[in-house]
Amino acid sequence: MSTATTRSTTPAKRSFTAGASEYINDRTGLAVAIKGLGRKAFPDHWSFLLGEVALFSFIVVLVSGTFLTFFFQASMAEVHYEGSYVPLKGVEMSVAMASTLDISFDIRGGLFVRQMHHWAALLFVAAIGLHMLRVFFTGAFRKPREINWVFGFTLFILAMAEGFTGYSLPDDLLSGNGLRIIDGMVKGIPLIGTWTSFLIFGGEFPGTDIVGRLYTLHILLLPALVVALIAVHVGYVFIHKHTQFAGPGREPTNSVGPPILPIYAAKAGGFLFLIWGVIALIAALFTINPIWNYGPYDPSPVSAGTQPDWYIGFADGALRLIPPGWEFVWLDRTWSFNILVPLIAIGIFIVLVLIYPFIEAWIKGDKREHHIADRPRNAPTRTAIGAAGVTFYAGLWAAASSDILATHFSLTMEGVIHALQATVIVGPFIAYFITKRVCLALQKKDREIVLHGYESGRIVKLPGGEFIEVHQPLDEYERWRLVSYESYQPLMIRPNARGKITVGQRVRAGFSRWFFEDRIAPVSKGELESGHDGHH
Amino acid sequence: MAQDDHSGTELAAADSSLAAQEFAGSTGTAVIPHDAFENPGFEPHRPRVTDEDAGREKRAQRTVYTLFYLSILGSVWAIAAYMLFPIESNDVGAVRLNNMFIGLGVTLALLGIGFGAVHWGKTLMTSAESIDVRHPIGGSEATQQGAVEVFRQADEESGFSRRTVIRNSLIGALLVFPLPAVVLFRGLAPQDQIPVELLSHTMWAKGTRLALDPSGVPIRAADVTIGSAFHVIPEGLVDLEHGRLEEKAKAAVLLMRLDPSELNEAPDRESWSYDGIVAYSKICTHVGCPVALYEQHTHHLLCPCHQSQFDVANHCEVIFGPAKRPLPQLPIAVDDEGYLIAQSDFTEPVGPSFWERH
Repeated sequence: MSTATTRSTTPAKRSFTAGASEYINDRTGLAVAIKGLGRKAFPDHWSFLLGEVALFSFIVVLVSGTFLTFFFQASMAEVHYEGSYVPLKGVEMSVAMASTLDISFDIRGGLFVRQMHHWAALLFVAAIGLHMLRVFFTGAFRKPREINWVFGFTLFILAMAEGFTGYSLPDDLLSGNGLRIIDGMVKGIPLIGTWTSFLIFGGEFPGTDIVGRLYTLHILLLPALVVALIAVHVGYVFIHKHTQFAGPGREPTNSVGPPILPIYAAKAGGFLFLIWGVIALIAALFTINPIWNYGPYDPSPVSAGTQPDWYIGFADGALRLIPPGWEFVWLDRTWSFNILVPLIAIGIFIVLVLIYPFIEAWIKGDKREHHIADRPRNAPTRTAIGAAGVTFYAGLWAAASSDILATHFSLTMEGVIHALQATVIVGPFIAYFITKRVCLALQKKDREIVLHGYESGRIVKLPGGEFIEVHQPLDEYERWRLVSYESYQPLMIRPNARGKITVGQRVRAGFSRWFFEDRIAPVSKGELESGHDGHH
Repeated sequence: MAQDDHSGTELAAADSSLAAQEFAGSTGTAVIPHDAFENPGFEPHRPRVTDEDAGREKRAQRTVYTLFYLSILGSVWAIAAYMLFPIESNDVGAVRLNNMFIGLGVTLALLGIGFGAVHWGKTLMTSAESIDVRHPIGGSEATQQGAVEVFRQADEESGFSRRTVIRNSLIGALLVFPLPAVVLFRGLAPQDQIPVELLSHTMWAKGTRLALDPSGVPIRAADVTIGSAFHVIPEGLVDLEHGRLEEKAKAAVLLMRLDPSELNEAPDRESWSYDGIVAYSKICTHVGCPVALYEQHTHHLLCPCHQSQFDVANHCEVIFGPAKRPLPQLPIAVDDEGYLIAQSDFTEPVGPSFWERH
């Protein structure tokens, strides 16, 4: 940036933009950042958009939520509703519920913003989930990105907490029942449960405090954490530079893609508006959370077929899958395993997902940085583990709709629950084995294609009467995409410096065997040459 | 563009030896093949139709600015819709129109900018790729040594590891000082209430009439026909000034009348029902949802939250689902005027289990 020279040679002819830029730069030093970041390469792939969907929908949540705070009143004081919605006129309800109805029925565009807020929140959590799956299945959590995986996963948990607290604010029948379930779960925790519930609700359930407290969490504490973590999370994307898929010219030591200015800015900036536009379209056309149909919270009524927001489904489903009788009195105290088992199972699942990058790093012992994303098939065991995890989660999630499944497909309630119990326990193993076999088969197919080329579909009759299909060999660029991947072998146990084999070593070797026993190596140059000789 | 690609190849090639040193680190159990393929370098650049065909380029340009103008139109329309579709009082249809037309305007405004910008980027902006060189995240050896030196020097100048008494007392103080803040949160719940006592009692007492939910009208035994079910609250609940929902969350009851021959009553509970009329807590013993669904011909109650099922004919024992305990029974009788009354409070805590329950 040669501002100094420009300044001295042509002071009179400077444009307004140049003048303004110089004014700002002289006071902020932004030129360093722009020079450093402006032309950075940003690798391109459709799956890299998922994180952006999350980020952009969060902005909608933030902006629409701020608008809503100007109208919403987080009070549980009882009033008689006097707004425009006739069926509820005169009904006693909390100020929170009444102000939510006012947003929906008495403020122009209020319903639109409320629906945008809710739809964007649903999309936010969904996009984080898909983004995490992308990162997991391509191994983009490997060194140096393990800690950023932890930040990202924490964001997923925070997003669910944001969702649940927001869902509870209108104080309608559904949200009250959701809180009732939370209250029941908290009470089931040994030792501290009863008092914890008492502290959360400010006395007996439902009390008159909970909406105000959740509101503080929902609009202050949790958003502050989310914004801070997003800043850190995205900051690390800049520090690490984005991963890229293997391809000609792409090396572990470079990062190839369109420059941030202008192409990435245009495409990502445009994409931001597309995400906003799609959310606006959904909010314009589809109702979400019609609290006026449910009415104010009352501990006595409930409607059949009630569903939580989708991201809470797995936890609700876990509660439903517990067989009868998992609770007993021991030592004069109640042990509610019908609540503890789901809590512990989900807790273990969350911790395993959180620390998976560190487990895989320990098994491999690979201390290098990894910037080339794996194709899922080239890490068969990891991909299979991921499929098992997805199946487990999906089973729990489906269980949250067990009653809907039963009524829609005319099944028995018991049959649905038993089938889903089996899915959650056996399903992950089946998914694991199928996925692993599919990955290995795809790797074999890749090898086949590299060695013998594509089937061209052209059948040729040889002079001797034999028919053969002509195989089209790959060019070197296509070949590189199929052969450039990391391959690992099982760990050989060797005594350490003191001549001992530690337990840790043995465990690691066991894991390593599990991961890398079935291994398909990429085609080497020698193989290709001899392969040609051997076949055609 | 082609030049860029070419220079990229050189860049990558020149770097690989340097990078090999820079990115040194144990490869663990990775297999390092000896005759692996080499990276062929960048593919030749392929121009787009808009690079080669001036007509297509013009058309793309037209598309982009049309989209941006459409966006302006959408914004204007959204503002107009705000005025053209007011919410008339008491008209739900007006709300729907207001929502839809403002929403569609905003959608057009946003999608116009979005599609326009993306189309511009994809068709008209130069399609060259940039190449960045990666450096190890940990920084160079010198930087790392510099950081270590900073800490060493700070330690030496402060005596942090030398003056252990000072250091340990500081760590102790830092660990203890947040505790008062934790204690302050005791104020989240009232100081003068004990949860176990509250959870063990409800509003029901000897002689309290059973009343209809939500009206609060007392129920006569004669009005309860066989096969019917009533949602019940204690008489007087609707007049409570404070704690109405808290009391209701414990005291809600389901009243059903079965053919007395279908009831299998335990000997000690035979006096708890009246002529086939039984009253059970409506609050699920699992996590506290209202058990609101009664299937008349099987006498089963179903909780809509987690599908626990209770058999009314057998003292509401659990026949399926995650709940463990039967719904507590409210002993009932009939007073002189023929109204249903409670004989006493529930004989056990209602609702979800809690630690101190036994």
